Formats: sequence, structure tokens, C-alpha cells
Amino acid sequence: MVQIIVNGKSIEVEEGQTVLEACLSNGIFIPNLCFLKDREHPHASCRLCFVEIEGRPAPVPSCTVNVEDGMVIRTDTPEVKRLQKSAFKLIMSGHPCHAKTCPTEKPCTLMKIAKHLGVGLSPKPLEKLERDIPEVVDFGFMFYFPYRCVLCGRCVHVCRTQNEGKPLLTFARRGFDTMVAFFSDPGENVEAKCRSCLACINICPTAALVLKADERKTA
Amino acid sequence: MTAPEHLVTEEEEKAIKAELPEIFSRFPRERGSLIPILQAVQGRFKFLSPGAIREVAKYLDLSSSEVYGVATFYNQFRFHPPGKHEIKVCMGTACHVAGGDIILENFERKLNIKPGETTPDREYSLERVACVGCCALAPVAVVDDHVIGYMQPSKVEGLFVQFEVQREKEKREKQAKESAG
Ligand code: SF4
Ligand code: FES
Ligand code: FES
Repeated sequence: MVQIIVNGKSIEVEEGQTVLEACLSNGIFIPNLCFLKDREHPHASCRLCFVEIEGRPAPVPSCTVNVEDGMVIRTDTPEVKRLQKSAFKLIMSGHPCHAKTCPTEKPCTLMKIAKHLGVGLSPKPLEKLERDIPEVVDFGFMFYFPYRCVLCGRCVHVCRTQNEGKPLLTFARRGFDTMVAFFSDPGENVEAKCRSCLACINICPTAALVLKADERKTA
Repeated sequence: MTAPEHLVTEEEEKAIKAELPEIFSRFPRERGSLIPILQAVQGRFKFLSPGAIREVAKYLDLSSSEVYGVATFYNQFRFHPPGKHEIKVCMGTACHVAGGDIILENFERKLNIKPGETTPDREYSLERVACVGCCALAPVAVVDDHVIGYMQPSKVEGLFVQFEVQREKEKREKQAKESAG
């Protein structure tokens, strides 16, 4: 166990975990979308989990730093909030959504983050990003809604883990056109295999992946 | 995004598959060979068929999904077989400024496909290309290796009328030959 100080409060946490995990497991919320415990290297792509650590010249993503004894951390400084708001607005500019039409169990991850940051779900003052992506893609046993997807990569990662390093899900294309894609190998009984797993659907923070039978969420 | 399986016949896939081992044998069997192999396969067949993607994946011990992920990242790879008529619309700077995107959109609407795709009857394929080197003629389209300058929506229409006439002519000739023979 090591001792760290978060927002002026001293807490005892387990060694070997990230600052993000240590805070979350002690009831201190830090916005995050792309963190997954078993990832070999943190993805650190959502840029939401910034904190300030004493002795470091600039805020750092808390999912990339392991706790050390005596670490002094702040999760609520104006600088941290500013960075988090910018990252959140950037995500929302490519994720047009509305609380009323959101199919996730409310409040969804994005709403929680918005509330924490004291902002709405609109990307203002940033523009809504026009992306050359389809409204919905049929993955066979599930639907994928590219506009809902925040490209956190969690689904691709869990699919890789579930399939011994050979995922069925992947990121396709690049830049603003990036989306998740699904390709199976011949002879694979995808229907049965995937329906008994559903790891991707369960880990998606935005209900961008929806099982076909789940009509309620596909509207 | 899914693979355009319906466009490629089983016989075609079989023919492609037969040639792959020779292509693969030119590269070390490791992850790093993925892009060179894809380039070699496309160099030979002008596109990456779903079957070829699977074979590449098998050869390098990857899932075909991963191979698609890498291949779709690069604009150079095509997933549709080339059409009988290959239409390329220039999106270079000069053509872009001169409204190349409008020309592209005209073709898209006319053929009901997106750039990088082929019509289901395999007559036409559409592609966006970078500067083809005759900016003074912008906007430019290259149709079956003929450069057409000063493109206009009306020229797009005219082009298809021409193709139509040509097809009709071929049909008649064929009929004439059949009735003669
Ligand atoms: S589908 Fe969901 S889990 Fe996958 S990248 Fe998009 S938001 Fe993340
Ligand atoms: S959770 Fe740290 S950058 Fe996304
Ligand atoms: S930009 Fe189109 S030919 Fe040069």
C-alpha cells in the first residue's frame, strides 16, 4: 500500500495501479472513456482524465501514471478542467446526441462527464463535425451507429482479448472517417460465437453497438 | 463497412487464390510483410478481394479483420474489382478549386456508387485521384486512360450516352455476326 494525497485528502491505495484507478476506487471521479485495466499500454486517446501532479510541469492523463508513495494530486484545478472541457467538446463535435434520444441507460457516460464538468452535451462553441460516415452499419447480429461512437477503442480491445489476439472488430479508414468495422473469417459461426460473448456491446460507453434483438435501442 | 463479396464470383476467387502462394513466397512470413504483400496482391489483381484478404490473414497469422483495418487505412488499396470502364476524377488542388468535387458527385449520383466502388454490373468503377498533371484543363476526369478536360455536368451525361451508343453498337455487331454465322 502507498499513501497519496488527492485534493488535499490523504488516502491509502494499492501499489501498481494508475492514478485514475486509485482515484475512481476511492470515490473521486475523474472523467475517462478509453481506459481499460488490462490494456498493456494505456490508449490515452480520449484526453479526459487529466490531473495535476506536484512536481510535474503540466497536467498529465491520469491513466498513464502509476501511483507513487507521497504523490500529491489535484483533480479539480482550473487548468485540469479547461483541458477536460476542451477534450470533451472535441469528442462531442463528432458525436451529435441529445439526452432525449439517447438509448443508453441514463445517465450515460457522456452525460456523467458533462455534469461533472458543468457543461452541456453540445460541442459549442466548436462546430459540429461533418463526417463521411453512414448512419448505421449492419454487422449481422448487431448494428453499429458510427455517429454515436466516440472511437474509444474499448470494443476492439475486448474483442481482441476474447479471441486470443485475433479480433473480429477493427478500426477502419482514418482521420474523421474512422469507424469501427466488423469482418469475420469464413466458416466462423459468428452468430453463435458473438451472441454468447457480447463483450463489445457491454463495454461500449455510448451504445454505438446494439444487439439486433434490442429494438428499443436501435431507433 | 463490410466486404463487397457479392461482386466477386467464386471462380474469380479461386483463380486469385491459386496465384497467392507464389506472391506470398516472395516475402518473409511476419507481420511486417503485411503492407508489401497487400501491395503485391493489388499490383497483380488491381484490387484486394475478400478471399485474398483472408488468405493474407491466414498466411501472417492475423484475423482478416486486422488486415482490413490496416488496408482501409490507406487510400491506395481498393476493395472492389475494377469496372469495365474505369472513371477517375481528379481531386488535385487545381481541379478541386475548379469544382472537381461537383464532377465527382455527378458521377456518384449517376452510377449510384461511392469513390472506390464498382457498379454491381461491373461496368463502371469510380475513383478519386490526385493531380494527373494537366491542371490547365481543370477540372479533369480520366476515363479509361483518356484525359477529359474542362469537365462539366453535361459532359458527364454525354459520356454515358457515348457508352450507351457503344454498347448498342457492340450488341448489333454481335447479332449480325451470329446471324451471318
Ligand atoms: S463502438 Fe463503443 S466501445 Fe467501440 S470504439 Fe465506439 S464508442 Fe468505443
Ligand atoms: S482515460 Fe486517460 S486518456 Fe482516456
Ligand atoms: S489538379 Fe487535377 S490535373 Fe492537376
